[in-house]
Amino acid sequence: MNVPLKEKKLLEVKLGELPSWILMRDFTPSGIAGAFQRGYYRYYNKYVNVKKGSIAGLSMVLAAYVFLNYCRSYKELSESLLDCFASGGVSPDRVGLVHRLI
Amino acid sequence: MNENLFASFITPMMFGLPLITLIVLFPSLLFPTSSRLVNNRLISLQQWMLQLVSKQMMSIHNTKGQTWALMLMSLILFIGSTNLLGLLPHSFTPTTQLSMNLGMAIPLWAGAVITGFRNKTKASLAHFLPQGTPTPLIPMLVIIETISLFIQPVALAVRLTANITAGHLLIHLIGGATLALMSINTTTALITFIILILLTVLEFAVAMIQAYVFTLLVSLYLHDNT
Repeated sequence: MNVPLKEKKLLEVKLGELPSWILMRDFTPSGIAGAFQRGYYRYYNKYVNVKKGSIAGLSMVLAAYVFLNYCRSYKELSESLLDCFASGGVSPDRVGLVHRLI
Repeated sequence: MNENLFASFITPMMFGLPLITLIVLFPSLLFPTSSRLVNNRLISLQQWMLQLVSKQMMSIHNTKGQTWALMLMSLILFIGSTNLLGLLPHSFTPTTQLSMNLGMAIPLWAGAVITGFRNKTKASLAHFLPQGTPTPLIPMLVIIETISLFIQPVALAVRLTANITAGHLLIHLIGGATLALMSINTTTALITFIILILLTVLEFAVAMIQAYVFTLLVSLYLHDNT
């Protein structure tokens, strides 16, 4: 049973063949759109479109949304944390307030 | 305060790519389409809610006004879901941007008013002068009614923007205050934390109420004009 490389699924590809397998994938716009569509329907039919779907189907999507937004704003958040530690444990816009309290 | 506080309101870009498109389109992922009579729980819940809201909101209109049902229901779903998603941590709320709310308010209001002027011209013009006004007051009142008509879309947009932005800012501020107070005086921090919880509950309510109010007002302007 010799399956050609192009039609193998990811888990059946051997490590040595991985670069050539990636290069053979369909990177046209319709190919990428097809990949997103397949991914969406895989998730939808497994967790949402079932007889007794639970809150987990929706919560996983929202958790992924929160995580992606965190990744998007990581840079800003880490810079403001740096400013906070530089001014002794208080956020930089509160430094004036703390100085006046002391 | 300074830019640290308003940092969550700037348009999200990553590596120069406008992420804002993806964020605006994201709520549509949460409302799947159905092609069956009996659906899964998510779609059934959404259909039940939609029927409830549409019956309550479209019952006051005549046949001509009820052709707007799709538009108004999409509007309330979009604003409601966008506002609720904005309450998740680190997320960006498109309805905090005045540009977007003006883009929603002006075309809808203009559509309702122009429909009124085209189909019932006399009645639409009659709205500019309330019944039974004393004759000397007429010129002033016409001016006032014109101003009040033209301020309607601006009020719609600014109301939504201001409510959502103010809520987010308050949550940021009180959250920051709770954190800062924890090392100084734990009891006060606890009280502030309770205030934060109450505020979050309020924000959930406000998110849905604002969507409702926006859509209700548009439907009212429509009712006047059909």
